[in-house]
Amino acid sequence: MDIVPEIIRENIINLINKKERADGRALDEFRKIFIETGVITKAEGSARVKLGNTQLLVGIKPQIGEPFPDTPNMGIIITNSELLPMASPTFEPGPPDERSIELSRVVDRCIRESNMLNLEKLCIVEGSSVWLLFIDLHIIDYDGNLFDAAVLATVAALRDTKLPTAKIEEDEIILDYENPQPLPLEDTALMCTFAKIGDQMILDPSLDEEEILTARLSIGMRPDGTICAMQKGGEGSLTKDDILKAIDITKGRIPQLMEELDKTIPQAR
Amino acid sequence: MIIIITPDEFKRVSQATREDGRAPDEIRPLKIEAGILERADGSSYLELGGNKILVAVYGPREAQIKRLQRPDRAVIRCRYNMAPFSVEERKRPGPDRRSVEISKITAEALRPALILERFPRSVIDVFIEVLEAEGGTRCAGITAASVALADAGMPMKDMVVACAAGKVNGRIVLDLSEEEDKRGEADMPVAILPRNKEITLLQSDGNLTQEEFEEALDLAIKGCLKINKIQKEALKKKYGE
Repeated sequence: MDIVPEIIRENIINLINKKERADGRALDEFRKIFIETGVITKAEGSARVKLGNTQLLVGIKPQIGEPFPDTPNMGIIITNSELLPMASPTFEPGPPDERSIELSRVVDRCIRESNMLNLEKLCIVEGSSVWLLFIDLHIIDYDGNLFDAAVLATVAALRDTKLPTAKIEEDEIILDYENPQPLPLEDTALMCTFAKIGDQMILDPSLDEEEILTARLSIGMRPDGTICAMQKGGEGSLTKDDILKAIDITKGRIPQLMEELDKTIPQAR
Repeated sequence: MIIIITPDEFKRVSQATREDGRAPDEIRPLKIEAGILERADGSSYLELGGNKILVAVYGPREAQIKRLQRPDRAVIRCRYNMAPFSVEERKRPGPDRRSVEISKITAEALRPALILERFPRSVIDVFIEVLEAEGGTRCAGITAASVALADAGMPMKDMVVACAAGKVNGRIVLDLSEEEDKRGEADMPVAILPRNKEITLLQSDGNLTQEEFEEALDLAIKGCLKINKIQKEALKKKYGE
């Protein structure tokens, strides 16, 4: 943990109580968003996202594997994140720690539960061969709010992904790399994360804000306003009003995120 | 991040002799940027052909592990890591034997350039992330790491610059691509301090006669000197003359 000096802490809280922020944003405003896709040629799909100074890469690699016994006709997505030691002086090399695992699980839940990806269409031979999609999040610069940046980058990378078409001829799977197809994406979900500081719920916390928050709330939402994933974090508590307020702000901000996404990489049809 | 600019001096001059059309003494298109990450003390981004490499430097900072501390100088630590999506078949995350060896020789290649005596008991961390690999990543990592160390303000006697030479189809060539490395007879990564041309890294994998070795070494040094110009340009672009 970074130690935020007491003066910065007081300053941030005083500003937020006056509905202001240190970087001049409104309480419900995102930092500058930058999205770029197709950044890794060797990955079947990739994206780089910057949210303020937070920066990450997502690469998607497919493999053919066996389905889970309880879902023999469905493809599999595996989400993994690396909080690289290059991204922050507080990140250590080594196997994923609890922060990294929480991040990948929340991103995974948002993608999975939104049903944006039709996993049944990733089945090649029922019961024996399905597509496994590895979603690897590579965090390279950490300046607060990894969740929203990670979901945005993952959705952008999924939209960028093309798989070879798989045909079955005489019990053999033939992969046609000359006619790659986009993924069966049928919806979108994006995420808004809030920090509770003082009595306010502020959107897209910066690093300093993240260090002093009492509670954190992430909301995954589809463009139609339905909620597909939530995660509360932090040592403090939230009131029901805090949560409803955050949902309201999320509803207002998802169109902005969608616009940024569509501008860079529209949904393939 | 994906735009590859080809400096004029590397445009093909002699007739095409290699699979990708390069002359034997020609390196792949190279681009280096300094200072691109916010949190790191120093950083750089390098593209060499299909290689994409990001380096961050932290330090000099207090060595958390007591046994690493040296009472009279700082210690340099390197971590070379490949992204799971950097290669054709997904690579399992985390260190393997290859990356541990490359990390060690990279730290040793950079060490002679650094004036570590200024920072007793501290550690300098160099994190090399291979975002996309296309042959010659260890050399590209060293070249980029040296730019990131300069960007971090580390006192240095010189830059360190690396380039490989090798033997492909019976011919000594510079800067082997992934394809050439796979099919070639020998690959020899070299790092030098460009001012006195002393060698700080030397590996060789494959068969060479003594004459071939000397030719390859001379060629690698020639390549290093070309790359060193681009390293310096990247720093000048960031910090002015």
